[in-house]
Amino acid sequence: MSKFLKNKNLNYEKAQSLVNNTLADCDDGELYLEDTKSESILLDDNKIKSSSFKRDTGYGLRGVTEDKVAYSHSNDISEKSLEMSCDNIKSTLKNSDGKYNHSISKTNQKFYDELDPIESKSLETKIELLKEINQYARSKDECVKQVTANFLGEHKNIEILRPGGELFTDSRPLVRINVSILVEKNGRKETAMYGVGGRQSYDNYLKNDDWKKICDEAFRMAYTNLESKPSPAGEMKVVLGPGWPAILIHEAVGHGLEGDFNRKKTSVFHDLVGKKVASDGVTIIDDGTIDKRRGSLNIDDEGTPTEKTVLIENGILKNFMQDRMNARLMKTKSTGNGRRESYKHVIMPRMRNTIMLNGNNTQEEMIKSVDKGIFAVSFGGGQVDITSGKFVFNCTEAYEIVNGKIGSPLKGATLIGDGPSSLKQVLMVGNDMKLDPGIGTCGKAGQGVPVGVGQPSMLIDNMTVGGTQL
Amino acid sequence: MLKEDEHLKKLAENFSTNLKKSGASESSVLISNSISESVNIRNKKLDGSTRSDSLNVVLTAYVGKKKSSISSSNLDESHINELIKKCIETAKITPEDELNSLPDSELYFKGIKNLDLYDETFIENSKKIDFIKEAEEQAFKKKEIVNTNGSGFSQNKSNFILANSNGFIDGYKSSNFSAYCEVVAKSNGSMERDYEYSSKRFFKDLLEPKEIGQKASELAISKLNPKKIKSKKMKVVFDKRIAKNFLSSFASAITSSTIAKGTTFLKNKLNTQIFNNKINIIDKPDILKGSGSRYFDIEGTSTNKLNLVENGVLKNYLIDTYNGKKINMKSNGRASGTSNLYFENGSEDYKNLINSDKEIVYINETFGRGANIITGDYSVGASGFMVENGEFIYPISEITIAGNLNDIFNKMVLGNDLEFNYSTNSPSMLIDELTIGGK
Repeated sequence: MSKFLKNKNLNYEKAQSLVNNTLADCDDGELYLEDTKSESILLDDNKIKSSSFKRDTGYGLRGVTEDKVAYSHSNDISEKSLEMSCDNIKSTLKNSDGKYNHSISKTNQKFYDELDPIESKSLETKIELLKEINQYARSKDECVKQVTANFLGEHKNIEILRPGGELFTDSRPLVRINVSILVEKNGRKETAMYGVGGRQSYDNYLKNDDWKKICDEAFRMAYTNLESKPSPAGEMKVVLGPGWPAILIHEAVGHGLEGDFNRKKTSVFHDLVGKKVASDGVTIIDDGTIDKRRGSLNIDDEGTPTEKTVLIENGILKNFMQDRMNARLMKTKSTGNGRRESYKHVIMPRMRNTIMLNGNNTQEEMIKSVDKGIFAVSFGGGQVDITSGKFVFNCTEAYEIVNGKIGSPLKGATLIGDGPSSLKQVLMVGNDMKLDPGIGTCGKAGQGVPVGVGQPSMLIDNMTVGGTQL
Repeated sequence: MLKEDEHLKKLAENFSTNLKKSGASESSVLISNSISESVNIRNKKLDGSTRSDSLNVVLTAYVGKKKSSISSSNLDESHINELIKKCIETAKITPEDELNSLPDSELYFKGIKNLDLYDETFIENSKKIDFIKEAEEQAFKKKEIVNTNGSGFSQNKSNFILANSNGFIDGYKSSNFSAYCEVVAKSNGSMERDYEYSSKRFFKDLLEPKEIGQKASELAISKLNPKKIKSKKMKVVFDKRIAKNFLSSFASAITSSTIAKGTTFLKNKLNTQIFNNKINIIDKPDILKGSGSRYFDIEGTSTNKLNLVENGVLKNYLIDTYNGKKINMKSNGRASGTSNLYFENGSEDYKNLINSDKEIVYINETFGRGANIITGDYSVGASGFMVENGEFIYPISEITIAGNLNDIFNKMVLGNDLEFNYSTNSPSMLIDELTIGGK
């Protein structure tokens, strides 16, 4: 029985009958209800700059027929508003005959606890801790000129009501703690940000003074960059460190393996299933089932239980990531990748935690094998053009490699590559797989969703580095 | 239906009264309402429709110099009263900041609202579909166009009311119509996409659908079978749609919050030469029907025309109330950022720009983060064309362009082909030497 529709101007029976009536002739669809609480507490320039709280409730009604989606959402959860949405859906989806509408299997899988991270730690203690973080970070060195730290917490409750009376629910905690440090020395300024997070309470990341490690890491990166010299320009070998640099995987191949782009044949990968798309030894999965990770979900936003989906196995393309509509149109099953930012957004196939599995090499071997190249340890973000396959990402911590040894740190440069060919140029896969610290947000068609990435160290034969030095 | 001013005003007044009763010494209430409807098509067939109806309130409570804010999409009175209590409690716990305050009363907007920002026109979904279908049909007339990434039409209408305890209460309706077409061209195993879009306050000012489709198809086809060029330093001409990105980087570098914190390469540069003396930058909020036009910012402060750069000299920052106090300057109504921001026309013809050297690189797409506004370092992935003696020779892709904004600003040469299509606009731009990363 729906928890949402208590105390609202819409009772459960009425909602159910409107949903049944509107979606009966569609191939798929649901009423998605959401109640999200979120907070942001920001310390900036030695002061608590803001403490804000947000409560967002609303619904989204979706009807799907063949390859058409009609969507109507509102923050007004009332009979009148829902009726208007029903009319709107019907007016778009005329001549539906509802052939599909397979039910969704129920699951008891739980990858995170039902807890409200906002309420589980008092505002006073959060503010005190931000002040401590500020003091600690500033005391690290006199070159620290600015510290910004924030707590972001969210508790999202969803209900998915399908025609016929199926009801799916999920309760999702999510927190993130960020510290960014600006250092200045001899007229040069550099900043670096480090953060941690996932689907559990703040305290799991703060205990045993773990928060100091966040500051230490941000300081280390910023301080290192004070000594950085201009990056080279041109093609060279690139060694990627383990963990967060896996956003390369996310951009280079992840987006191109999302079901919608492949159904529409706009992805360079659309006709490559069963074909070799990466070097031997490259195995990539998308996993929604890792305990308490930022990209994990018990069920996706259509109600499908999440799973561990093998995308590329030993270099061969195996599967795309699917939501229900794209799976139906491509005659396969949803992989539990149907996600949305909120009730204001339509479902799309999206990544969860995208991970390259371990190989046999060591990072040391990789670096030793490079005469001239760069060693990229951390990135600021990336982007891909699905159709041409070209992708970029920005280094925030990188070093030159000269004659098999790590040299000077390099100024932030863009790396550009070609998705389908870059994974064929993987020369070595490391044995040191690491997951990212829990800070990723993926943007697609204007929607942001939390995701995770992971990989071992990796050596790529040839990428173009966007520096200034020839 | 969009909620009318009177309804929103009444709600805002109720919430303000409640904030005061609950212990707020000062307060502000922002209620916004928007209704948007969009359709998407793909390969000339309907792909989907979205209707969105949203009403949201942001309440800010000051208790002395302590402050907190809360936002909610549930405007039921009992729910809001609960949130107001929570907001005041939170404010009381939050440490004092002597700079917290509402804007000075003399800065509030008091003028006449006559900029024509709202078009009543309502376009039925079937009309929206017809419009954008015509664009795709035009694009598909070219044999290389084999697919679309989707094209769409959307209509957005919004209204808001801002009220604060200094007695300011005002708001206005605005509208936006936009259409885009993104197509995929294919030839000899090469697949490329490109787009064209148009976005206007008034429906009748939109580009013709045929023009949109035509432009999108031409752009996508022109990118087919690109080459990667050798790394070297070269003159670069930026297409207007990319050149305007330099204005966005410039704007973030002169925003008072970054100036106050020192997190910008333009700190302490007021009244000094930061561009060469031919460059002028203006932010003009009072353009009739302008995409970025507005009467006042999110704090109620009047937004007036600013000459940001005159003959290369930085003349103004973009200032809000709080950060203005930090740097001892008054807000100039830029708490919501820039309005209609543009480079004034330069003196060079487009032809002269692309003919300024035997070989130049013409860039009409960049991706990646771009500029680091703390150091001014600039590095992006890019694609475009090789131009020799003023002639476009072949498309190029998978290259990078890098430099530093100080240097780029200094060497910038602007064309005389400025158009006001968006809220940020630039003429074509030549930069004398940037590093191209390629083979």
